[in-house]
Amino acid sequence: MPVCLFTGPLTATIAPTSGRCHMMSISPLTGLVGDGSMGGKMGVQLKRAGWDGLVITGKSDTPVGIHIQDNQITLAPAGRLWGMPADRVHDTLAPGKDSLACIGPAGENGVRFAAVITDRYHAAGRTGLGASLGVKKVKYIRVSGTGRTRVRYPEKLKQAREDIVRLTAASPALMGQFGLSRLGTGALYDLMDNRCMMPTHNFTATRFGPASRLNAHAYAAAFQPRRHGCKGCHILCKKIATRADPGASLPEFEAMSHFTALVGLDDIHAVTAANQVCNRLGMDTISAASALACFREITGRDLTPESLMTLLEDIAFDRGSGKDLKHGAAHYAESMGHPAAAMAVKGLELPAYDPRGAYGMALGYAMSTRGGCHLRAYPISHEILRKPVATDRFSFSGKARIIKISEDLNAVVDSLIACKFTFFAAGLEEYANALHGVTGNPVTARDLLAVGEKTVYNERIINSLNGFDARHDTLPDRFFDHPGTGCAQFFVPPIDRAGFESAKSAYYAVRGLTPEGRPTKEKAKQLGIDLHG
Amino acid sequence: MDDLIQKYAHKLIHAGLATARGANAPLIGGKDQALVWNRTAQEIPVLTSVFDRLAINSLVFLRPAPPYDRIIGFLADRALKTTGRITPTDCETRTFLHDLPVADQFTAQGMVQALSCRKTVIILTKDRRGQSRGPAVIAPGTVTPEQGFVHVSSVCFACFVKFFSDYLSGLKTGHTDPEMDAVYQQILPFLETSQPGTSPSSSLMSGPFTDEAQATAAMSQAGKQVVADGLVDSYFGNISCCLNPILYISQTGAALDELEGCIDPVPLDGSSSAGITASSELSAHLEIIARTGCRTILHGHPRFSVILSMDCDPDQKAGCPFNTRCHTHCPVSRHIKNIPIVPGEVGTGPFGLCHTLPKAFDGSDTVIVYGHGVFATGDVDFIPAFSHMTAVETLCKNHYLDQVKQLTQRTRKSELS
Repeated sequence: MPVCLFTGPLTATIAPTSGRCHMMSISPLTGLVGDGSMGGKMGVQLKRAGWDGLVITGKSDTPVGIHIQDNQITLAPAGRLWGMPADRVHDTLAPGKDSLACIGPAGENGVRFAAVITDRYHAAGRTGLGASLGVKKVKYIRVSGTGRTRVRYPEKLKQAREDIVRLTAASPALMGQFGLSRLGTGALYDLMDNRCMMPTHNFTATRFGPASRLNAHAYAAAFQPRRHGCKGCHILCKKIATRADPGASLPEFEAMSHFTALVGLDDIHAVTAANQVCNRLGMDTISAASALACFREITGRDLTPESLMTLLEDIAFDRGSGKDLKHGAAHYAESMGHPAAAMAVKGLELPAYDPRGAYGMALGYAMSTRGGCHLRAYPISHEILRKPVATDRFSFSGKARIIKISEDLNAVVDSLIACKFTFFAAGLEEYANALHGVTGNPVTARDLLAVGEKTVYNERIINSLNGFDARHDTLPDRFFDHPGTGCAQFFVPPIDRAGFESAKSAYYAVRGLTPEGRPTKEKAKQLGIDLHG
Repeated sequence: MDDLIQKYAHKLIHAGLATARGANAPLIGGKDQALVWNRTAQEIPVLTSVFDRLAINSLVFLRPAPPYDRIIGFLADRALKTTGRITPTDCETRTFLHDLPVADQFTAQGMVQALSCRKTVIILTKDRRGQSRGPAVIAPGTVTPEQGFVHVSSVCFACFVKFFSDYLSGLKTGHTDPEMDAVYQQILPFLETSQPGTSPSSSLMSGPFTDEAQATAAMSQAGKQVVADGLVDSYFGNISCCLNPILYISQTGAALDELEGCIDPVPLDGSSSAGITASSELSAHLEIIARTGCRTILHGHPRFSVILSMDCDPDQKAGCPFNTRCHTHCPVSRHIKNIPIVPGEVGTGPFGLCHTLPKAFDGSDTVIVYGHGVFATGDVDFIPAFSHMTAVETLCKNHYLDQVKQLTQRTRKSELS
C-alpha cells in the first residue's frame, strides 16, 4: 500500500500555521483510510525542495532512509539505525536545519498504532502510519530544500495573514490567559473534568478525583516549560520542559488525560515518562493508553508507573503481553473474549472526550472516516469552546448537518494545509483570501467547502470498497448503556440510542449516502467523482 | 431548530432592530434534514435557493427597523456607487467581519457570491422609479441561527457607528452633503427619544457579595440591565466579579442578558485553566483587579462612546504618522472630559488592549477603548460601574449632539457670509 506525504498550497508561505504536512495510507490498525497531520518543519522543507508531495510505493528488502535535497532523491542504507529509538535517530543523523521524520522500534515491529516522529518533538500519531513505513523498511525521511514558494499577490496574502493573526489574538482558547499558546493543549484538562467529560477508568466514569493536581498548572510548576511550535506558527502550543527533565516534550492533552484518568494513575512524572517512551519508541499515545486501559479492565490488574513503562516497551518490542496489545484495543479485546472492553470506533481508539458529554462528538466519532477521531468534525469547538457560537452539547438537534459541514471544513484544513487550532478563531473566509494571494486564482470559502465535501465522500467510497458501512458507524455499547459521572449542576445520562440512530440517519441523508451508509453513484457524479461498479 | 429560530427572532425584535410584524419582521430559516422558517414570506423561495447552494444550516434575513433602515440604506447606496462595500472602522467589524459587501439585486446568485466571501451581505434594491423597499441584511450560520443573529446585529451596530462618525468627521472637514444632512435630520428624533441607561442603577444588587451564588446572580442582573438599556448589542461585552480567590467572568461569546450557566470561575492564582472559555478580555480584567483592587468590572459597547472615541481633530490626524493605525498605535493621550481613551485590539496580541487598558485605570474608574467600548469598575458591586457607563454614554451623546449643532451653525454662518 502506498504511503503519501503531501504539503498543501499554502506551505512555506507566510499564511499562519501552514507549516504542517499530511501523511496518508490505508491504516494497518483499522483497514480504513489512515492519515495523520505532521507538525515540525517537514512540510516547509519538502516544499522548498520543490516537491508538493512524495508517494512511497513498493518496499525495500533492507532498512533504508530517503534523502531529499532539492531535486535529488536518494536511498541510503539505514541498517545501523534499525532498532534505534526516534530520539537516537535524531541524535545520530543530526539533521540541523533539515527536517527528519523517522519511525521507532514500534514501527519496525508491526505495532499497528505506530507513529512517525518528526523533528524530534512532533508525531503523526494516529492510525499506525509508522507501521506502514516499517513494512517498507523505511526508517527515516530527511528533507532539505533551498527554494522559495512563489506568491502571486504578496499584499493580499499579507492582508489575509493580518486578519487571521488578529482573530487568533482575540481567541481566548488560543492566545488567552489559559489558552493553548500559554499552556499547550493541556489547557483543556481542567475543562474536560469540569464538564464531566474526562474518560476515566476506560470510560466507565467521566470525572477523575485527582484531576485538579494533574492539570496544566501542575506541569507548568513542575517543568517550567518553554514554548515551541511548528514552522511558521505563531501559536506555539508545544511545550518543552526546562526543569525536572530539561528538553523533554511535555505530553499533549490526550496523553495527560489517558495516562492518568483512563488508566487510573495520578503521577505527572509517570505521564511525562510514558509520553517520552511513546515518542522514543514511536507509538500513538492515545491508542497505547487505550489498549492498556482495556488490558487493565480485562485482566483486573491495576497499573503502576513501573508496569506502565514495562507494558509500553513490551508493546513496542513485541514481547510478553505486548504481542497481543500491539494490535490495538479492539483486536486485543476480541482475542480475550471481551470485545465490549475496547473503547474504539472502527478499530481506532477514542481520544479524551467522553461522548456522553457532547452529542456532536458522539456523532462525529461514529461517522469519522478514520474511526474514533475527534478531529474530523472537531465539535469541541462549538460544544465546549463556544466557537463560532455555543451549541447544546446534550442534544442531537441540528447536529447531523453541523457535523457534515464541519467534516467538509476540516478536510479543507487538512488539504490547505493549516492547523485545526487556528479555526477556533479564523475561518475559510480568511484562508480563502490567503490561498487567492498565493495562487492568484480567486477562490471563496464556498469553493473550498465543495472540495472538502468531495474529499470526505471520496474517503467514504474508499472505506465502502473495503467493506465498511452503517454497521460500523456506531459507538461502543457502554455509552448507550451506562451514565457518566455527573456533578451538582447536571447529570450525565447514557446516550439515547434512538436519538443517536435518528441523527445518524439524518447524517446519511445530508451527506448523500444510502440508509446503509454507502455512497451512491449519483452523489459521486454530482461531486465529480467517477464511481465504478 | 424551531425553538432557536423563534428565540433569535424575538431577540432581534427585543433589541429594536426588527418589529414583530410588517416589513421589518425578521425572517429566519433553519435546516437539519428539512428547512423550516419562523414565518411565511415572499422572499422564501429565493432564500431557499441560497440554502441549496451554500453549506449552511441557518439564515437570518432582516429589513432593519428605523432608524437602521435609513442609516444602512444611505451607506449601502453610497457603497454601490463606489467600492460595493461598506467599511466600518469599529473594533468588532474590523476584527470579525472585515467589511460589509452590498448587492443591488435580490437574487440567490448575488447573495451566494457575497456570502461565499463574507459573513453578511446587505441588499439594496430599487424599482424603476428609484424607490427602495429599504435595505435587507442577510447572514447565514453553519452551526446555529445565533451566528446570523450576531452578524446581523453587528452590521446594524457597525453602520450606526460609521454613519455618525462619518457625519461628525464630514462636518469638521466640510465634506457633508445635503443627502447626509437629511438622513441625520430623519434620525435625530430617534436619538432624542432613546436615552441611554434609563434604568436606575440603584435597582441593582448591592454588595459586598459573600458567595458564588450572590456574585453570579449580581452579574446576571447587571448584564440584563446593560442590554435592556441599550449599552451593549447582541453578544458583545463582558462582566466580572471578584470574590477572592476566584474571579467570576462571563464566558466568551456569552450574551450579557443570558449569563446563567455562562460564567466561568477563574482562580486568581492560575491553578486551574477551566477559564479557557472565559471572555477574551480575561487578562485585562485580572490585571485591572490586581492594579486597582476593584471587585466588579462591566464592559459594554455604548454607541456614542464608541463614536466619540474615534473622533480626532482632522488637522492633527492628517499629520499623524499613525493615522491608518489609530486603533492600535494612537500616540496621543486622549480624553473625553477626564475619561481616558486608549488604543488596543481585542485579546492578548502584541497590540491587545490588555497592554493599554489596565494602566489607564490608575487614574480613572472608567476607560474608553478606541472604537470598541467602555470599561467601568466598582469597589463592591455593579452599581457604580453601571452608573459610570451610563454617565459616560450620556456625556458622549450630548457632546456629540452639541458638536454637530455648533458645526452646523458655523457652516451655515460661513455659507451666509
